[in-house]
Amino acid sequence: MLTQPFRVASGGVIDRSRQLAFEFDGVRCNGHPGDTLASALLANGIHLVARSFKYHRPRGIFSAGCEEPNALVQLAMGPRTEPNVRATTVELYDGLVAASQNRWPSLGFDVGALNGAFARLLPAGFYYKTFMWPSTPKAWLGYERFIRAAAGMGRAATEPDPDTYEHQYTHCDVLVVGGGPTGLAAARAAAATGARVILCDEGHRFGGRSIGEIAAIDGVGADAWMEGTVQALAANPDVTLLPRTTAFGSYDGNMVALLERLADHLPSPPPHTPRQRLWKIRARAVVLATGAHERVIAYANNDLPGTMLAGAAKTYVQRYAVRPGTRVLLFTSGDSAYAAALSLHSAGVAVEAIVDARAEAGIVGTLAQSARAAGLPILSESVVVGAHGGKRVAAVDVATRGGTRRIECDLICVSGGWSPAVHLFSQAQGKLRYDERIAAFLPQTSSSAVVAAGAANGRFALSDALADGHAAGLAAVGKSATALSAPRAEIETVGASRALWSVPARKRSAKRFVDLQDDVTAEDVTLAAREGYTSVEHLKRYTTLGMGPDQGKTSNVVGLALLAEATGRSIPEVGTTTFRPPYTPVTMGAFPGQDCGKHVEPTRYSTMHDWHAERGAGFVNAGLWKRPHSYPRPGESPDDAANREAKNVRENVGVVDVSTLGKIELQGRDVAEFLNRVYVNRWDTLAAGRCRYGLMLREDGIVLDDGTTSRLSDTHYLMTTTTVNAVRVMQQLERLLLIDWPDLEVYVTSVTEQWAAAAVSGPKARDVLARIVDIDVSNAAFPFLAVGECQVRTADGLIPARLLRMSYSGELAYEIHVPANHGRAMWEAVMAAGEPFGLMPYGTEAMGTLRIEKGHIVVGAEADGRTTADDLGLGKLVSPAKWCIGKPLLDRAALKAADRWQLVGLTALDGANMPRAAKIVADPDRALPNPMLGHVTSWCWSPNLNVWIALALVAGGRERDGEVLWAVSPLANARVRVRIGPPCFIDPQGERLRV
Amino acid sequence: MMLIPCPWCGPRAQIEFTYGGDATVKQPAHDAPEAAWTEYVYLRDNPAGPHEELWHHSAGCRQWFRLRRDTRTHAMLSSTRPAEPGGERC
Repeated sequence: MLTQPFRVASGGVIDRSRQLAFEFDGVRCNGHPGDTLASALLANGIHLVARSFKYHRPRGIFSAGCEEPNALVQLAMGPRTEPNVRATTVELYDGLVAASQNRWPSLGFDVGALNGAFARLLPAGFYYKTFMWPSTPKAWLGYERFIRAAAGMGRAATEPDPDTYEHQYTHCDVLVVGGGPTGLAAARAAAATGARVILCDEGHRFGGRSIGEIAAIDGVGADAWMEGTVQALAANPDVTLLPRTTAFGSYDGNMVALLERLADHLPSPPPHTPRQRLWKIRARAVVLATGAHERVIAYANNDLPGTMLAGAAKTYVQRYAVRPGTRVLLFTSGDSAYAAALSLHSAGVAVEAIVDARAEAGIVGTLAQSARAAGLPILSESVVVGAHGGKRVAAVDVATRGGTRRIECDLICVSGGWSPAVHLFSQAQGKLRYDERIAAFLPQTSSSAVVAAGAANGRFALSDALADGHAAGLAAVGKSATALSAPRAEIETVGASRALWSVPARKRSAKRFVDLQDDVTAEDVTLAAREGYTSVEHLKRYTTLGMGPDQGKTSNVVGLALLAEATGRSIPEVGTTTFRPPYTPVTMGAFPGQDCGKHVEPTRYSTMHDWHAERGAGFVNAGLWKRPHSYPRPGESPDDAANREAKNVRENVGVVDVSTLGKIELQGRDVAEFLNRVYVNRWDTLAAGRCRYGLMLREDGIVLDDGTTSRLSDTHYLMTTTTVNAVRVMQQLERLLLIDWPDLEVYVTSVTEQWAAAAVSGPKARDVLARIVDIDVSNAAFPFLAVGECQVRTADGLIPARLLRMSYSGELAYEIHVPANHGRAMWEAVMAAGEPFGLMPYGTEAMGTLRIEKGHIVVGAEADGRTTADDLGLGKLVSPAKWCIGKPLLDRAALKAADRWQLVGLTALDGANMPRAAKIVADPDRALPNPMLGHVTSWCWSPNLNVWIALALVAGGRERDGEVLWAVSPLANARVRVRIGPPCFIDPQGERLRV
Repeated sequence: MMLIPCPWCGPRAQIEFTYGGDATVKQPAHDAPEAAWTEYVYLRDNPAGPHEELWHHSAGCRQWFRLRRDTRTHAMLSSTRPAEPGGERC
């Protein structure tokens, strides 16, 4: 067990009174509360933590925040294991277990490093070249396997996520994103005006990069000022503080999505607590105090472990009391690195040199002067041309005016400038402008609703950031000044920085990394430009620069600046790629929240559902509804049950639950005219007490839906639609009445859920009904297509019902509609009344068999979005006497061609099974291409005819009566001879309906 | 997620609505020639900028209304009730 040899003896914002035990790659170490996994590893002297994505080069911890490109680890094991977690943002807890990724057999000895030997064959975009040569499919599938195995880093969990996730919606006046000094100043200013404020920060502690800072704010230490401000905000009932919460995306209407990590700092969530909470906040105004990210400089071997951002080194010293090395060399072209140099020096790290690309005369800032005063060696007008080392930095080559020299060190701190974190600003449609003075893209004002402040707005100095945050907080509530004054810090002089993106390589083979995470080098950028990928979006996709989990936070601007150099354009001309959420990775479980498993969609049940379930029915999905498939008896398969049920309907009587059909009541003066326009047939001729089958077309003349509509009284109609189209048809009717035909007086109401319905079908249906309804159901009194009101005798007493004599099965049949809460009582009354007549319940499978035997079309099968009424043999239904939706485009030549696929019936010959989803061909052995003459739309075993039958669409089908063709399924390797006939196999005259 | 101003309910989240198509196209007369109907059914402008649209407040008041929205910025420019039926009722 290592004993934290690199922990500074005092200072830091950690709890030294407690130790936390953790394990990395099997090595047990200690840290303290307040550490991240990265800071604890560094305290224990562990720098090698990863192997890079493509070249498997040894990598160390590069940053101290979410911009980390290197230190991605596999966290935890079992169902909670998580890949690609940034060690720099993991809050250390007791018992934490982590492992490095992308290496085999071990981090220290990784076979994948051999890739480095082939580096010249593996530049950016090498896999695109494999499409060109060798171009045989076999060769490509060969090396595709290797590319696939080499891709990716960590491993996803293989067990279900044991945790729950929650969603929360809320509104506020001001959402402040980022709880560093800027965000705290903004929240403080806004809250003082009485506004509802939400302040979030991705850390468990507010303060951002200023935690542990030695500067003073308003006369007290920075930590004390921030702590006091947080306490004051916490005490304010109109302020909500959200630590451990990352705002990851900005969406239309000032909606911001945030992820709150409630339990990621614990081994597992406490009972009854979600692991994470996804917030969707609608804010009147948003202040983005999101800070800035330091950038790389691309010099040779700039990726050795022991290389890190200068600001990160400062954070490790000040916040975590960790010495990231013993001998440090800093490389910069701006003033901020000097703060890191001073911190490291005060922690006992030997500062070998500060290599500054600027001229001596430009190194004049307050921090630089302090560094000089402390005796730290500064090499001006110098650059690092290369680093040396194996698994750790050992030395650096520095080019100065006087020549090149080698300086030994075990830590390199690099500062390539700062990029304001403008992600959320850009997602909110904010425009950016490039500021040459600070070599960064800054927010240009977009709207008053979204304001950037502090480092995110290019104000890097603490005093500027505080003032900017305060002003932004006021602007967010529409004020320019209040009695409360902005917090103040000491004003420092900051020398101008110089843009330095790369240092030319002295050796051709040297790698100068721009994107450490995706192993993209400066050479890759120029390669992309040479190959014609000169747009910044193409550069990104061709080289994968900025496409890793870090989304190029430390590298994007460097990459586009190098592209500008390579293509002779200015940086603003090249521009940035589009910023897209999420800002940092979000675990998949957070997005559905609790709407997962069976809660992805609502499940809809008929009021008779429990009865079906009790009888052992299996269920199928019809849209969101559950419908019974069949009612197997013990020892019966579901298909056997369905065949038994279908046979019984035609011999005796059956009952099926049809509650799920869409039902719409239409009332008003103009209903008949409305129906005339939406259906193809005529409705002004329908008398009260009668119903009729109706067919609806889309505006382009294709069949949309079918159903029956009943006239209950002069101005009261009931329309039924198919189950799956109920919502769509209802929406269409409402639209027509409100937008297109507002002059029609029609009121429509959806009553699908209000009525339960059952269809009693079969030769003995009348006998069954007569026992339970109180009206005369003789053929004379209640003929085919009659509708009326009645009462049904049930265990609930007499319940009101609507009776409709229509038939889907082709047998004598009645639909009984009752108020939904009496559905089960009605069903049980039917079952009891039907017992002496051999009544059996039947499900959707038998219902399907019966309707195929009769050739009734189904929306989705025969009416598949391409067929017209005429194709389906329903052309005569289209009344020539009036207009309807779809009519004007029905006359198009293509919809009237003679060889259109028309509905026919097929009978399987030779006792064979009809294959699944069969196609119709003349000769199954014909060489490809074999012209398809049609396809099967529905098929079944007919227990009433003892043969396999099908409905099919066949070219010119109506002219092919009696022809024998083949139904084939190449996928199932099946083929059967079929005879074409009319699409109705039983009682084509419809006599059984009318008894 | 856009905030859509329903003329009856006020600004509500986009998830409560269903898009109803281009509001600038009007159903031709029933006896208009096929070309007019073809244009009505199939042809649409695709403006980058303000666009008149129909929206249905399907999870709210279930009314249809006209919305003028900028297709580039999603700025909501105006929302209006459709013509009142009959003129007598409100």
